[in-house]
Amino acid sequence: MDHTNAISLTDLSVDNHGTILAFNIGTVEATRLVSLGFTPGAEVSMTQNYGRGPLIVTVRGASVALGRGEAAKIFIERSAK
Amino acid sequence: MSDCHSMSVPTQPVTLRVRERMPLLVLAGQPNVGKSTLFNFLTGLNQHVGNWPGKTVERREGNFSFNGNEYGIVDLPGTYSLTANSPEEVITREFILRARPDLVIAVVNAANLERSLYLVAELISLSAPLAVILNMMDVAKGEGIHIEPEVLEAALGVPVIPMTATHASRMQNFYQAVQDILEGRRVSTPRLPEIRADHGAILEEILHHIQGYVPTPYPENWVALKLLEGDTEITRTMQSNLPAEKWEAVYTLLRQHDDALLAIASGRYEWIGRMVRAAVVHPRLGQISLTKQLDRWAVHPFWGLVILAGILGLVFWLTFTVGTPVQGWLDAQIVGGLTGVANQLLAAAPFWIRSLIVDGVIGGVGSVVTFLPIMIIFFGVFGLLEDMGYMARAAFVMDNFMHMMGLHGKSFLPLFLGFGCNVPSILGTRVIDSKPARFLTILIAPLVPCTARMAVVAFLAPVFFGSKALLVSWGLILLSMVALVLSGALLNKLIFKGQRSAFIMEMPLYHVPNSRTIGLLIWQRSLSFLKKAGTTILAMAMVIWALSMLPNGDLNQSYLVQFGKWVEPIGRWMGLDWRLTVALITSFPAKENAVATLGVLFGSSPDAALAQTLASTFSTASALSFLVVTMLFIPCMATVAVIRQETNSWGWTLLNIALLLVISIAAGAGVYHLALAIGL
Repeated sequence: MDHTNAISLTDLSVDNHGTILAFNIGTVEATRLVSLGFTPGAEVSMTQNYGRGPLIVTVRGASVALGRGEAAKIFIERSAK
Repeated sequence: MSDCHSMSVPTQPVTLRVRERMPLLVLAGQPNVGKSTLFNFLTGLNQHVGNWPGKTVERREGNFSFNGNEYGIVDLPGTYSLTANSPEEVITREFILRARPDLVIAVVNAANLERSLYLVAELISLSAPLAVILNMMDVAKGEGIHIEPEVLEAALGVPVIPMTATHASRMQNFYQAVQDILEGRRVSTPRLPEIRADHGAILEEILHHIQGYVPTPYPENWVALKLLEGDTEITRTMQSNLPAEKWEAVYTLLRQHDDALLAIASGRYEWIGRMVRAAVVHPRLGQISLTKQLDRWAVHPFWGLVILAGILGLVFWLTFTVGTPVQGWLDAQIVGGLTGVANQLLAAAPFWIRSLIVDGVIGGVGSVVTFLPIMIIFFGVFGLLEDMGYMARAAFVMDNFMHMMGLHGKSFLPLFLGFGCNVPSILGTRVIDSKPARFLTILIAPLVPCTARMAVVAFLAPVFFGSKALLVSWGLILLSMVALVLSGALLNKLIFKGQRSAFIMEMPLYHVPNSRTIGLLIWQRSLSFLKKAGTTILAMAMVIWALSMLPNGDLNQSYLVQFGKWVEPIGRWMGLDWRLTVALITSFPAKENAVATLGVLFGSSPDAALAQTLASTFSTASALSFLVVTMLFIPCMATVAVIRQETNSWGWTLLNIALLLVISIAAGAGVYHLALAIGL
């Protein structure tokens, strides 16, 4: 990854925003993710993240639940607050 | 592994029940856009529910008329995209390409326009006549979103029909629009999305290679896109259609551009962005929506579980205050009444005919059918929670727990339904989108103790354990749960190699449930169960009856009892004599038969006298073992029938029966010897 400030989506805390950089995930999961609005460049905001268990993010105006394992494979750049 | 390998492109001709020469409309859309509600409004009871050929995906079709014209309509399964990741996606695109409908109606959620236009971006490239229904305009308004349908229509280049699916009065608008489109008064000049600029050249190159080799009915452009997206079905099709050197060239290109999926998706979202910017007048306000407010509680790691427990408690309460009494009443009135009538009518008939009707048909099928009220409660609650958007929240809060079995949250509610009856439970597994997870859920679902098994425990536990009956009952439920989690975890390791499907799930907006949608769901599920009772279950009941009657009509000398005596050595491991073993075997047609069988074998009716005899005949250890085995024994025949239907395989069904047999025998033997060891 050439982005120095890339973090995993799991590291984004509630109410913070970020921009998707890439995901390192199988084609089947990637297809599901893009059809739910996750593409590089799309903005995400964290709705629920308690540090364990699944989390909920908002992307393109819709809420999506992600397992922690899946979220860990999505890399984002934190937006300036 | 993915589902794709078990999937084949359905080449058999489409079997439409709607009459020929009737215009054919299809509804397509993502889940949670109100597509099925619209379909139910259009067709009412004038619909047929079946399965797509060779798939366990519901196929709904029907017809409706307007202005004297009749229309056939097919409700395609809800899908987020058209890439071959699930049977739903393959069915949708194959049907549109092969059945050539007169109009594809894409239903989008106005409250979530950006996301739900993604499927439209795919549909518009299939070159089938397309119209867009802008549904849930009321929900959008509530969220502070205002959309101008005419502007969206101009931007998309296809007709756009605004709608609020829950208001029948506004259907006029829809009918008129459909008629205008079909009669050519509203024309389309669709604007197609384009691949992100940096991948334009590679798309052209692929297109150049495949030109002339694409089989009908696929459009060449679309195939090129699907190849770049990594679609397994299309890749396989083209590999077998292209000459080797052409395939080699295409394959090399695809290998070099394995990120093309993102370029294509980005292109689609750019296209969507243009539409949304044009048509959405007031962007989302900063207000906190109802969904956000409710979700503060509903998906909270602690309160979410409390709310879920409350809802489940309510379902149990409903089952025991309404379902169980109605079931008992039906059993006494209908089954009891029919038995009386049949006995009178057939008084002169040969003994075996009377027994066939009374014990085989009425006793066997009748007692299964009396569980319908309990099933209806569970079908209804499941439908209600699904329709209002709560189901996704329940799945979310249970996700951690389900991980222990390599499953995720979506498997929880189907399993929970099993407490009412295992039949709705197995049917409910359709919400699970990955096939391995769905099969694993089906395999362990019969371990959830249903009301029929609890009825046996409720009768026998006080007989054997007196004041400790409640404690024993709770212990039995706990044991079932432990068996469920352990076998889930073990099966996941052994058969499914520890793989776990990704948990990626939309959290839909909450909305007011639609009584028509839920009513139709209950009606269709009940009807389907009754059909099963009249066919598969009837056949199985006959076989069991014949085994209990042959060779001379005396149960004590029947093949069934002979079989019971023959397998008694296995029963001995668990401390069961041949009578308890036979009682277990006869619980196959319906679990509560176990008590009735003991009654027959001891020559008395299931009442106080039987209770006394049983208590004095069997040791505490044997009694405990019998209850444990009853809880975990092979699924009843109604459950077996739906397992066969849902897995579409006798292999899986037999594996399931064998699994439960092994678990129950092991648990029974374990409990028996443990009880002996501690001196019970």
